[in-house]
Amino acid sequence: MSLTGLFLILFLIVHLTINFTVVFNDDGMLFGELVHMMESSPLIKVISYVLYLSILLHIIQAYLLYLQNRKAKGQKYKISTRANATFASKNMTLLGSLILIFLIIHLLDFFYGLKISHTLPEEALYDEVIHVYKKPGYVVLYTVSMIFLALHLSQGFQSAFQTLGLNHRKYTPIIKFLGLVYSIIIPLGFAIIPVYVYFFK
Amino acid sequence: MHMKLTLKIWRQEDKDSKGKFESYEVKINEHMSFLEMLDVLNQELIELKKDPVAFEHDCREGICGACGLVINGRPHGPLQGTTTCQLHMRHFKDGQTVWIEPYRAKAFPVIKDLVVDRSSFDRIVQAGGFISVGTGQAPDGNTIPIESDVVEKSMDAAACIGCGSCVAACPNGAAMLFTAAKVSHLGLLPQGKIEHHGRVATMVRQMDKEGFGNCSNIYACEAECPKEISVDTIAYLNRSYFGSTFMSDLSP
Repeated sequence: MSLTGLFLILFLIVHLTINFTVVFNDDGMLFGELVHMMESSPLIKVISYVLYLSILLHIIQAYLLYLQNRKAKGQKYKISTRANATFASKNMTLLGSLILIFLIIHLLDFFYGLKISHTLPEEALYDEVIHVYKKPGYVVLYTVSMIFLALHLSQGFQSAFQTLGLNHRKYTPIIKFLGLVYSIIIPLGFAIIPVYVYFFK
Repeated sequence: MHMKLTLKIWRQEDKDSKGKFESYEVKINEHMSFLEMLDVLNQELIELKKDPVAFEHDCREGICGACGLVINGRPHGPLQGTTTCQLHMRHFKDGQTVWIEPYRAKAFPVIKDLVVDRSSFDRIVQAGGFISVGTGQAPDGNTIPIESDVVEKSMDAAACIGCGSCVAACPNGAAMLFTAAKVSHLGLLPQGKIEHHGRVATMVRQMDKEGFGNCSNIYACEAECPKEISVDTIAYLNRSYFGSTFMSDLSP
């Protein structure tokens, strides 16, 4: 969970960096160039397969752990306080599932046409993005999903380090702070794109 | 000052019966401990020829780990770093309703009322095996130099009394804080280092076998631990587990 999670955390940085160029006022010039670079690089092709594998593993492991943990916890308490627990830490599977639903819709929007059915040529991707983000339903879906992502990351970032045993009296507070910053900036960055496109493009 | 409390206590005949909450009224003194309050209730029940409430207790001074009740949703009650026996009734309000439940976890089945079977913990400790120390006369003090910080960490972990409130607090029913405390207290010191890799592997394996859940770093255990064991020990356990998996050619 932790290794795949950290890999996905790295992926999100790259994904946001490229996608954020959509909001630039250059009619998708830079975005198109970056997409072309990613599509034509053999290295990226290899990494993309690692990414698919990571996503699959992360999902499978999550549900296996969820089932094990549900079995282990026994009968419910009449009164449950769970001090120290946050909404996100208690509901990682739920948040992950909501993100999975979003991911499926998101992949059907762009990935499917681009990579599987080949109905969406690389050059038309920018126009398709603008087209999709002009629908108010999608703007709401994409921004709300980013709230789920933010919550998921707020627990997941530091949790990954703890699971790997990477704990240090000096560095753990830094990791926790970075995790908080990351879990705000990345989803916020993603959420800005559809909102900006909807209102200003 | 005298107090009147309404108690909602989990009553369960034996392991296989269903169990339900029953309501009791008690008049007690605010300086009584939580267990003394239950003693008062049980005395009344015995005089009425009713079945007294079964609960575990031994030293009543916070070091044995026998007592452990979930009081208003919190293992060992509302006070930080305190066992149930050291919790006094002055921390409750006159007229308050107090819900008392047993620990809930698959690996801690209820035997009767508020008593759960915690022998799964004993089996985890047994799985840890031995440490190589000489028997006979006590060795001279300070013959093995140990860094002060390391001793402190080990002693902090050794404070674990094995009460099981970490499991009770965990939404996953995991025993990671308990196992991590045991692994840290032995593994950090030179005397316990010798069998460290093997011990980590066998204790974790036993923990999984007992049906405890997995740690998802919620840290509810840390908040409820009466000995305030830190989740840093869990990171140490994880680190040691990788070590025992990848850096040791032993397969215990």
